[in-house]
Amino acid sequence: MHIAEGFLPPLQCALWFAASTPFVIHGAREVIRKAKESPENKMLLAAAGAFTFVLSAIKLPSVTGSSSHPTGTGAGAILFGPPVMAFLGTVVLLFQALLLAHGGLTTLGANVFSMAIVGPWCGYAFYRLVRRVNGPAWLGIFLAMAVADLATYCTTSLQLALAFPDPVSGFAGAVTKFLGIFALTQIPLALAEGVLGILLFGFLGRVVPHELRRLGVLSSKNTGAEKEASHA
Amino acid sequence: MREHRRGMTWGVASILLAVLVAIFAVSFFLAPDASEGDESFAGTDSTVTAILEERGIEPWFTPIFEPGSGEIESGLFALQAALGAGLLGFALGNLHGRSASRREQAEPTPPASPGPMPAE
Repeated sequence: MHIAEGFLPPLQCALWFAASTPFVIHGAREVIRKAKESPENKMLLAAAGAFTFVLSAIKLPSVTGSSSHPTGTGAGAILFGPPVMAFLGTVVLLFQALLLAHGGLTTLGANVFSMAIVGPWCGYAFYRLVRRVNGPAWLGIFLAMAVADLATYCTTSLQLALAFPDPVSGFAGAVTKFLGIFALTQIPLALAEGVLGILLFGFLGRVVPHELRRLGVLSSKNTGAEKEASHA
Repeated sequence: MREHRRGMTWGVASILLAVLVAIFAVSFFLAPDASEGDESFAGTDSTVTAILEERGIEPWFTPIFEPGSGEIESGLFALQAALGAGLLGFALGNLHGRSASRREQAEPTPPASPGPMPAE
């Protein structure tokens, strides 16, 4: 999903920067606010950022014969809501743009918009939807992780198609072509990321169950059951 | 009393790990062979960049720093993964330690606890 340095026209670079900046500033303030709340929050924020950092460094093979990397932005969105990921994702993308020549400074706005904003928000929307209809927690986590991943790559495809419509088939043709490269490759990776998310939250559920309950990830029904158990 | 389950069991975790491995194993088997001269499992990012270059789109800005070779680049990617994994491990370990020490602190408080109290 990294659009390479210098490939988007300057005007579009500026527009994506303008679109992303408010989200990132709001996200930075959210990170600070949540980190101040408790030392546990600080550690969970670090874990969410680190999770994205690891996953976006690892390129994995896919059925299409290409390889691509997951994004890992769904985890932080589940824990703290999507705004924090706008900031944490930007840190990751900045690191890759500066040290790895992967992505770029001029395309940072566009890349932040897809990976750190659209991805987490879409994943979070699916997570809330599952919780709203009282679906199981694991399904919400799976969908949040997988959708955050896939939505990021779909956004990149749209961004590229906007910038470079096909000379023959126009915008729609370009969307199809870029989706064919990005989104198809990403499907198995997104599924794998969903499974990894269930594992991560399973581990968190063992280690910090009351933190997850405080953040509303484990349902309060469980809290009731445990309170009952501890009183008995 | 119904037993309260916290987190997932090892059985479920190992099944999920197996699913994870299977997804990538299947990818390897189902993936079409790369066409002549193409690298198999090329990165999608670089594929798209190559397409754009083929269409004559020139980047108007070049990266400030570029890793000299593929080897250096993969090393830096490994560094990124290592830094992330280190921090993730530290954060999760720290949380684990916190909850463990909280449980320890919580345990001696019930008044019915056996053993002599040092103050008495």
